[in-house]
Amino acid sequence: MNIQDDVRSFVIDTFLFGEDDGLRDDSSFLAEGIVDSTGIMQLVSFLQERYRVSIEDEELIPDNLDSIKRVAAFIEEKMRAVKLEPGISA
Amino acid sequence: MTTTGLFSSQLLLVDPEREVARICRSMRELMLNQVKRRGVVIGLSGGIDSSVTAALAVAALGRERVLGLEMPERHSAEETERFSGMLATSLGITTVKEDISGILESVGFYRRYSEAARQVVPAYGEAWKSKIVTSDVMDHPGFTVFYLVAQTPEGGITRQRLPLKPYLEIVAATNFKQRIRKMLEYYHADRLHYGVAGTPNRLEYDQGFFVKLGDGAADIKPIAHLYKSQVYQLAEFLGIPREIRERKPTTDTYSLAQGQDEFYFSLPYAKMDLCLFGKNNGVPASQVASALGLTPEQVESVFKNIDVKRATTRYLHLAPLLVDSIDLQHDHGQ
Repeated sequence: MNIQDDVRSFVIDTFLFGEDDGLRDDSSFLAEGIVDSTGIMQLVSFLQERYRVSIEDEELIPDNLDSIKRVAAFIEEKMRAVKLEPGISA
Repeated sequence: MTTTGLFSSQLLLVDPEREVARICRSMRELMLNQVKRRGVVIGLSGGIDSSVTAALAVAALGRERVLGLEMPERHSAEETERFSGMLATSLGITTVKEDISGILESVGFYRRYSEAARQVVPAYGEAWKSKIVTSDVMDHPGFTVFYLVAQTPEGGITRQRLPLKPYLEIVAATNFKQRIRKMLEYYHADRLHYGVAGTPNRLEYDQGFFVKLGDGAADIKPIAHLYKSQVYQLAEFLGIPREIRERKPTTDTYSLAQGQDEFYFSLPYAKMDLCLFGKNNGVPASQVASALGLTPEQVESVFKNIDVKRATTRYLHLAPLLVDSIDLQHDHGQ
């Protein structure tokens, strides 16, 4: 599973009772009421544990975290930067 | 509303005499016809909101129908009791003091709080003091970030970002304070056949700055429609002691002193009032910004933050939800 699919699966399981309900990869979590600020904290904990990356305060912005697509791009970029392998199998 | 003239704090000025009379009329009518209780219990914190609420209750119902409750615990600010006592004396109301430290100990509050804090500050002990603060929406216009600021018994300060689990555990434990206080308010209300007056101002009510079934619970909320600066205007008219009026608003919830604007609101109350008023009345961010000495982008951030808080705290205002509606025939027998 790639990062985008993995994040999508986490969001659907965690915030939508397992039903994707038309969730697009570019749906804004906040604008569409899918994830609130507490949910973002939950997402960040998941990303840090799953991908073993450290997410800094200044990175906690909608550009990085407000849709599945943005989250995947952000994590891919971080992993490229630290040259870490993801802690999941493909 | 259109604001073709200058947008400024002048727009929040009220006629205190008229407003007090209007609130008092409404309180008497609501107590008589809906709450159907002959007096009110009010938790006194020594802050401006509970002081004004108590003064309004005295003006509306008479001082013999108002009971003030002082409910300190071991982390309460030292001045809390002094100010609440000062208020009670100036109003001439009866007060009861209930120290809630023992109840908090019984439900494990202090232990639970320390255990949660140790998840981010491993050396944290009960002799330490701490508070939660949030990222500044002006400097960090992203998602809200919560930090635990902890102080060692020697006075050293550390600040750690809170992951979700310890954050929720700290908030859940701390909510015991508001809920225990409300439980005691209702105990005294029940024994006197009184109602309970809640003390939120408009900023708190609008943006959900209260604990459900804690300080959010009440039978009547006489100042929920008033912006905080309007509460101060009424306070002066009602003769609330100057020291209380000049006290900086705090939550008096955590063991370290915590300003409301470092935990919940993005700005000090006077600016937050104008931002909320501007947003509620369709005033462009640029106009609000020039009145407050902020940039339009900063005001846009505050506007967005208001929307987020309203959305995330909406459930706090909801009564329990039913699958099918039930007609309670409110008019039956009236």
